[in-house]
Amino acid sequence: MKELVEILAKALVDNPEEVMVAQSETDKTIHLQLIVASEDMGKVIGKQGRIANAIRTIVKAAAVKDGRRVHVDIDQ
Amino acid sequence: MRVAEKTGKTVEEAINACLDELGVEREKAKIEILEEPTKRGIFGIFGTTPAKVRVSYEVCPGELACDFLEKICNAMGVKAEISYTRKGSNWFVDITGEELGILIGRRGDTLEALQYITNLAVSKEMAERVRIIIDIEGYRQRREETLVRLAKRLSEKVKRTGHRVVLEPMNPHERRIIHTALQDDNRISTFSEGEEPNRKVVISLKRTKEIS
Repeated sequence: MKELVEILAKALVDNPEEVMVAQSETDKTIHLQLIVASEDMGKVIGKQGRIANAIRTIVKAAAVKDGRRVHVDIDQ
Repeated sequence: MRVAEKTGKTVEEAINACLDELGVEREKAKIEILEEPTKRGIFGIFGTTPAKVRVSYEVCPGELACDFLEKICNAMGVKAEISYTRKGSNWFVDITGEELGILIGRRGDTLEALQYITNLAVSKEMAERVRIIIDIEGYRQRREETLVRLAKRLSEKVKRTGHRVVLEPMNPHERRIIHTALQDDNRISTFSEGEEPNRKVVISLKRTKEIS
């Protein structure tokens, strides 16, 4: 799950080497925190959060198999 | 286009450093020598200038899209075959395999998200704008047929009852399929109302004076 978010984010930003993903999980939920360079925030969020929502949609699809919920946060 | 510029003790060394960085074969690359190395100093130690070269190559949007989607599929634990064809400035990427339902999602949500992100990722690498259209196991084709059938059926109902019908929210592409399916019907008019992402197509009777 963490790797997937990394692949998606690195393909979108100008500073892929600054992309980091922290993962923490409980029984039912996976929390992913995506960290990118501050000037890349717009590249992973998009107008009205369109890119962020697309990332979440893809990550949720991947989590369907596990039967767990995923939560993706974005920080700089 | 991808570009690398490197210096090296010899031209050859600089070229190889560029090829390594770009991860491209020499046959596909364009090589320009910017500066030949010089050895002016004593024993070639002092006052030498290194060789400087620029290596560039044209990336194919179709290949970029396929590589990107392959990485995504691997990370999702999905086995899929991915291929592409080109029609003008549109690149059609076809994903086939078993149990690809999770890549499609509810009403194609995940497919739309994948297509959106792939377009962004590929466009970033290209000089000009390209459009990537992804289909998974013929989903788009099937969905289009379903929408056209739905449009025809509902238009008949509107003609029968005289009441307008509001469809469920759809993305712009799907709404256009509905509009196009009914545009030649001179008793029916279609339009969209509401704001994205809840914009819906409305099918209604044309007012009589519009028919003439």
